[in-house]
Amino acid sequence: MTTYALRRLLIAIPTLLVISLVVFTVLALAPGDPLSNLAASTDIPAEVRENIRKQFGLDQPVYVRYFKWLASYIQGDWGYSYASRIPAATLISFRIPTTLWVIGVAYLIAVLIAIPLGVMTAAKQYSPFDHIFTGLSFIGFSLPSFFTGVLLIIVFSVQLRWLPMVYNQQVTDPIEWLKQAIMPIAVLALLQAATLNRYVRASMLDNLNQDYARTARAKGLAERVVVTRHVLRNALVPVVTLIALQLPTVFTGAVVTEQIFRVPGVGSLLISSIQNNDTPVIMAIVMVFAALVVFFTLLADLLYGILDPRVRYR
Amino acid sequence: MSTTQTAAAAGGAAIAAPAPVAGRYNRSLVGDTWRRFRRHKLALVGAFIYFSMILVTLFGPLIWQTNMNDIDFAASNSFSRAHPLGTDDLGRDTLARVLWGGRVSLAVGLCAMLVASSIGVIVGALAGFFGGWMDITLSRIIEVFLSVPQLPLLLLVIYLYRNALVAAFGPELGVFILVVAVIGGLNWMATARLVRAGFVTQREREYVEAARCLGAGSWRIIKHILPNVLSPIIVAGTLSVGAAMIAESTLSFLGLGFPPDVPTWGRLLFDALNFLTIAPATAIIPGTMITLAVLSINFIGDGLRDALDPRRTL
Repeated sequence: MTTYALRRLLIAIPTLLVISLVVFTVLALAPGDPLSNLAASTDIPAEVRENIRKQFGLDQPVYVRYFKWLASYIQGDWGYSYASRIPAATLISFRIPTTLWVIGVAYLIAVLIAIPLGVMTAAKQYSPFDHIFTGLSFIGFSLPSFFTGVLLIIVFSVQLRWLPMVYNQQVTDPIEWLKQAIMPIAVLALLQAATLNRYVRASMLDNLNQDYARTARAKGLAERVVVTRHVLRNALVPVVTLIALQLPTVFTGAVVTEQIFRVPGVGSLLISSIQNNDTPVIMAIVMVFAALVVFFTLLADLLYGILDPRVRYR
Repeated sequence: MSTTQTAAAAGGAAIAAPAPVAGRYNRSLVGDTWRRFRRHKLALVGAFIYFSMILVTLFGPLIWQTNMNDIDFAASNSFSRAHPLGTDDLGRDTLARVLWGGRVSLAVGLCAMLVASSIGVIVGALAGFFGGWMDITLSRIIEVFLSVPQLPLLLLVIYLYRNALVAAFGPELGVFILVVAVIGGLNWMATARLVRAGFVTQREREYVEAARCLGAGSWRIIKHILPNVLSPIIVAGTLSVGAAMIAESTLSFLGLGFPPDVPTWGRLLFDALNFLTIAPATAIIPGTMITLAVLSINFIGDGLRDALDPRRTL
């Protein structure tokens, strides 16, 4: 188990290296000058411009720049934002708490809705209850998150005037703070709950007809006990790994949600950095996202082994 | 007299053509699939909606001839005979824009699916058929692509390379090629994995051995195997049409996809964001179109999955 974990970790490193190389090359080979924002005025003489380029090392070939970036990145120096001259790591650390808060709560709600709902719809397969909620989750995962957000704004902010349209970080009153977080959280939670619900239901249905479930019923256990004590435990094994696998997609989903509700999180930082051609910040955020994907994939694999004793690692 | 004749004729027909009695001969994959697909009512509804959308966006602009860029200064944003779906903030006809934008949105979905399926089939077939170092290399590449944070890279590539392609191919075609290539280029991994798995099991079958004995080359054998792994490709391909449409509208919604004068459904929704308080319909109409298209594609995919499942028979 430990050797397996270590070996997977060793595979993860080259994966991250390749991703960083690809993203760096995409950024470096793009037409357009990242410094056009830094030295926007046309009054700046060409030689000063050239000096700035030299200072940032932009006159060197791409591979030299990549290795320089890599060397300082590993040492914890993620570079300075071209736009605001603040270290990229500092910029990200400002934004992370808001994003984590919104995503964390949304995902927790999604899991808490999806699991009981999936269990109940599977236990009563083909009942009206099952049809309604399976249909709803089908619609829920076909609805693009930006449209759900817009619909919520139209209903709750424009028509009913219950909730604020825009997220404001200056708010200190806890009730106001909660009110402005409801819609961003609801959008993310709906999409994730709908996706997870389908998997929970499918996994439950796989297990409900297994021999061990029949045995449990045959020895006289109530259906409730069979479902919650026996079937649920086995059905959750693939679901737990899926919860880990899905987590990075919540982060990218947050990019859209943060943009709709103007939540000042990592996602909106990414969008503004892309629009400003702010290479160091883009690199830093993309690498954070990539590391998350790799980490949670690894976690899912290991969890599977811990939860399911039939899986052996070699 | 006539009764005996018809009886004789009927008997003759029964002898001459036993097929209608048995009904199990001359059944093609397409016929079989269609027969099973028909029983999935929601999939039928989905197929009907999706194909009517294609027809309406194709032929609609020929019937509704209002130019989408004509500005009607007298128009208010409410519905009227001249503008059945109202106008946008500049007084441009919403119906004409939704029809034109639908062409682009639907075309992006289909073309990106073709790109993704082609790459997926080629990579998966090569990895699964040849095995060895080819398999190891390609599987690693698939893994790296799966770890790439999709949305950030999508945004990045399109934002950075948009101007270059616009300069080369013109504003509409240039962005279209870029969007289709990038969305397709980041969505082929599921297909590749399915095709690879199919080829790994199929290449040991007797018919492959027989073909080899007859002296068939690798290329010919791959052509023989391909129809046997078609089912998962079709299902994955169908679902990727919906995923590609969501990806495109997300890009446009974030203001990083098509330019303002190409009114895809996502772009229309983005433009409507500033007017949610006074003209919610301008946001609801394109949003509903996207949702309806994605929902019907997902229903079609679900129906095809059931219809193409070899474990199910009529």
